[in-house]
Amino acid sequence: MRLNSRAGKTQACLLNLEAMNFLAGTWLGEWLAGLGRITLLAREAIASALTFKFSRRDVLYQIYFIGIKSQSVVLVTGAFTGMVLAAQTYFQFHKVKMDTATLAVVSVSMCSELGPVLTALMVAGRVGAAIAAEIGTMRVTEQIDALRTLATHPVDYLVVPRLIASNIALPLLTIESMCVGIAASYFVGVYLLGIEPTYAWWNMLKYSHDSDVLIGLVKSVFYGGIIALIGCYKGLSCGVGAQGVGRATTEAVVYSSITILICNFFLTMVLEQLCVILGI
Amino acid sequence: MIEVRHLKKSFGAQLILDDISFRIENSESVAIIGRSGGGKSVLLKHIIGLLQPDAGDVLVDDENIVAMNERQLLRVRRKFGMVFQGAALFDSMTVAENVAFGLRRHEHLTEAEIAKRVAATLDMVDLPGTENKNPAELSGGMRKRVGLARAIIYEPQIVLYDEPTTGLDPIVSDSIDKLIIRVRDHLNVTSIVVTHDMRSARRVGNRVMLLHEKKIYANGTPEEIFTSHDAVVRQFVDGVADAKETII
Repeated sequence: MRLNSRAGKTQACLLNLEAMNFLAGTWLGEWLAGLGRITLLAREAIASALTFKFSRRDVLYQIYFIGIKSQSVVLVTGAFTGMVLAAQTYFQFHKVKMDTATLAVVSVSMCSELGPVLTALMVAGRVGAAIAAEIGTMRVTEQIDALRTLATHPVDYLVVPRLIASNIALPLLTIESMCVGIAASYFVGVYLLGIEPTYAWWNMLKYSHDSDVLIGLVKSVFYGGIIALIGCYKGLSCGVGAQGVGRATTEAVVYSSITILICNFFLTMVLEQLCVILGI
Repeated sequence: MIEVRHLKKSFGAQLILDDISFRIENSESVAIIGRSGGGKSVLLKHIIGLLQPDAGDVLVDDENIVAMNERQLLRVRRKFGMVFQGAALFDSMTVAENVAFGLRRHEHLTEAEIAKRVAATLDMVDLPGTENKNPAELSGGMRKRVGLARAIIYEPQIVLYDEPTTGLDPIVSDSIDKLIIRVRDHLNVTSIVVTHDMRSARRVGNRVMLLHEKKIYANGTPEEIFTSHDAVVRQFVDGVADAKETII
């Protein structure tokens, strides 16, 4: 019986090895290997963060870089998204005499979907690229090796402060984007399109729930992690020379953006169900 | 004590190091010479655990570092200081911040104590008063001195030098050689200098090893190496190009 079980395990191992050999060198194999490496990096970074080996000064600087320096892009994106959403919703709702529901639609969309996703995409473009370029340049100029020779783990020094800062800054930027988007939509709806403000405001409060804001904030924490981890991973694994850094930067933005959009669907499905189960 | 046993390393299909074995005693000063692209820097990076060999062992004070993971290696690396070929200074930091990096990370000192140690170390490498400069403002020789200051500030037992005089003019090269000797004698450190500068190898090494065709081809005192009649050693020491490679 034991022999049979051992033979079965050996056969399973051989099948796994064959499957790995089959995937080796293929696009899918490379993709799976990359996914595995990012998962290991995430595990290492989370384990390191929990031991508080990071420098608070570095985290504060990264919060400044990711949060404060992203103000302009987040404000402009949030405001104009809210404005165009208000205008487009009004044009459709006006046909069925539902003008005063405009702000409610904008509010729910900005809180649970557009606020977190657009903020994350804008930050991925600005911060993800900067992280990959900075760490990639450090790698090609042997600065990462220098860190290691100075008995400093690159994950502790480079990844953890960026991951923590990104997880703190993204929710704050998302709240800002939600507020600015709703305020801008109110301005467009009430002052440009002539919606009756009292009913519009009342409808907005009636149809927007705590769960919408909560879902948006939970999503933004995930997106913060995605941006920091993919940016750091691409920087740490970048190829040689200027071309390697350029490619790492581009891939960091593209992969972060795609991952955010894919995760958004699954997070929406899971978090909505979770809110129903928990009665939030 | 550093011991390398039957070390092998390939990058893809290209074999770089093949069955390398040697031992370096404490306070010894060893120059590793060899042709450009011959694997000298790769060998140096194995000694500090920056690269993992395909086969073989690297022992530092009788601990096999090949079997260690990155976190375990951090403890062993505190015994080392390394000066990189391109200095590898952190370009987002000033000279003082670069030099103080190891102290800030691993020793609990006040800012005043750190500033004092930084000033003393910069003085030792003949760069007093450069604390607030950025690496971009420094010349090649100055960058290497700052790299050396960063490597020795926490008084390591072993200092590794990767091509310390490459790309420098003869006068600056001479000053770097003197600096390596000064650090060796003042701090009583084990020095391993990778170089293809024969003059430098002769001056800084108590022992010289020639890496040739992926193996340690010759290993002896500077006198033995530089007076050798072996054709390969002679060709390298005299800097004579292979007839096949000479462009007419």
